[in-house]
Amino acid sequence: MTGVAAGGAVAAATARPPQSRRSGRRRARWRETLLGYSFAGPNLLLLGLFLLYPLGLAAVLSFTRYTGFGAPAWIGIGNYADLLSDAVFWRALANTTVFTVATLALSLGLGLAIAVLLNRALPGRALFRTIVYAPMVVSGVASGLIGVLMFDENTGVVDKALIAAGLPPIPWQSNGTAALIAVILMTVWGRTGFNMVIYLAGLQGIGQELYEAAELEGASAWQRFRSITVPLLGPSTFFLLIMNVIYSFQVFDLVFVLTGGGPGNATTMLTTYAYANAFTTRAQGYAAAIGMVLLVLMLAFAAAQWRLNRGRDVTE
Amino acid sequence: MTAATQQRVRAGSGGIATTRSGHLRSRKRRDRTTTIVRFVIALIICAVMAFPFYWMVVVALSPKDDLFSSVFKLWPSRLTLDNFTGVFASYDIVTWLGNSLVITVFVTVLGVVVNLLAGYAFAKLRFLGRNAMFFAALATLVLPVQVTMVAQFRLVTDLGFYGTYWAVILPSAATATGVFLARQFILGIPDELLEAAKIDGAGSFRLFRSIVLPLCRPLIAVLVVLIAMATWNDFAWPLIALKQDYLFTLPIGLLFLQGQTTPDFTQVMALSLVTVVPMIVLFLATQRYFVQGIARSGIR
Repeated sequence: MTGVAAGGAVAAATARPPQSRRSGRRRARWRETLLGYSFAGPNLLLLGLFLLYPLGLAAVLSFTRYTGFGAPAWIGIGNYADLLSDAVFWRALANTTVFTVATLALSLGLGLAIAVLLNRALPGRALFRTIVYAPMVVSGVASGLIGVLMFDENTGVVDKALIAAGLPPIPWQSNGTAALIAVILMTVWGRTGFNMVIYLAGLQGIGQELYEAAELEGASAWQRFRSITVPLLGPSTFFLLIMNVIYSFQVFDLVFVLTGGGPGNATTMLTTYAYANAFTTRAQGYAAAIGMVLLVLMLAFAAAQWRLNRGRDVTE
Repeated sequence: MTAATQQRVRAGSGGIATTRSGHLRSRKRRDRTTTIVRFVIALIICAVMAFPFYWMVVVALSPKDDLFSSVFKLWPSRLTLDNFTGVFASYDIVTWLGNSLVITVFVTVLGVVVNLLAGYAFAKLRFLGRNAMFFAALATLVLPVQVTMVAQFRLVTDLGFYGTYWAVILPSAATATGVFLARQFILGIPDELLEAAKIDGAGSFRLFRSIVLPLCRPLIAVLVVLIAMATWNDFAWPLIALKQDYLFTLPIGLLFLQGQTTPDFTQVMALSLVTVVPMIVLFLATQRYFVQGIARSGIR
């Protein structure tokens, strides 16, 4: 919108005949450009130096064999060719996808349910809300360690509780699916509060009179939820979809601490696989190639949501 | 209208009134039942959500034997502070704490300054390539550190930052979230206010300092809380950049404890508690800003 306004101003300035006025305007615009860059400069410098430059360098390194020491050796598309036949890479890609879908569905569903539950007046509502978003401030490392403790198959409290209840304990460390479920549960624990906050903000925007009207028409609570709440929360859901996919796809700390990618490669994610290649086996060119795949997937997702969202403006 | 119909109307309306009040009463009762049901559900959810916190505290305060006993028990057999004294005695926790503190303070101050300045430029100044630059900055949100880590490690080594705090401070200061929040907030400052000051002859930097900055206090509070929290909890990049134990931050220290050949999980939980409590306190003290920041921008 501001772009259009600026375009209009430019058109108006160039349409004006007096020469002196035009150059005066141009000088003013130059001054503002200079000013803009001096204000944005420190930020752009840091982003450029520590993100964009390494991004470019990583793209180059992905075509080399590089241990982190000495000079990288150019091998063309060798790393990418290797990826195609690397079973661990495909496993990591599948794990990341399953993890993303599962955390998305669970934390969005829970976030919405709790937001609806805590939207209307309820004794102790403020405290309940605080408890639900408090896990947000716990680092991935700390929640991973808490998970290690709770889900240990020998000493963990969850299995002790299952045994005490007469149920079979779950092999969280020796069974790949169970390990992935533990990672998903700890992630959902940390993420639900965030989703609830966004949904609560969305619920504030829905007029109460809609519900009253629907109730007069005899709509049940579930019908009201299905045909008023859910559709009117569409923008919030859409936004959360994007953010949750971004966060889930980048999961690292929690997995690194909780399972280390194991057992086998049952919980290896693209990020942890890239890390292991870069700093354990020191195949840094290969790690860079995995990073590029990760980036391309994220960008493809961003582009897809952009197309879907053309009518709407998330950033405004 | 005859007296008879009038009476009928009155009787009729009275009849409606009584059924309505009856309806209201039953509705009120139903509302009370749903409130109780909602309350119980909320209680259960919050018990589950709070349990990991509770368990961290329990294990941190329990004697080591509790962990290995096969008995299911939800509280310590006896309360002890041995795990805290033990972990502080065996590891240089004070140094790690100091490192976390120094890095968090530097990143927060630097981050607030650069993101605020950039937010102002992207919101209120018109310059060539502004929107392209803003979207480039925003796009870094989808860029996990694992994409750039190899190259970034080489870069900080080449620049001579490896082995210093700067290896973490400088790459962490400018963030997509920070720029985005700052721009959104400053967009809300009316242009008329700035124009008026400009007509009064205020230069751009003075304009920023005397008009924009004082209005940005809530924004600064949000930025401080979000940046401080993200930095204190940051793990992936410090793991790569801070290899020397005298540079460890608390998350890296925690990993170091977990990586011992026979990790002592009661001590690990004691240290976890030490790292989590300051954030909980900060969160409770600034909850309003924290939640507002998230609700307004949708980014944490």
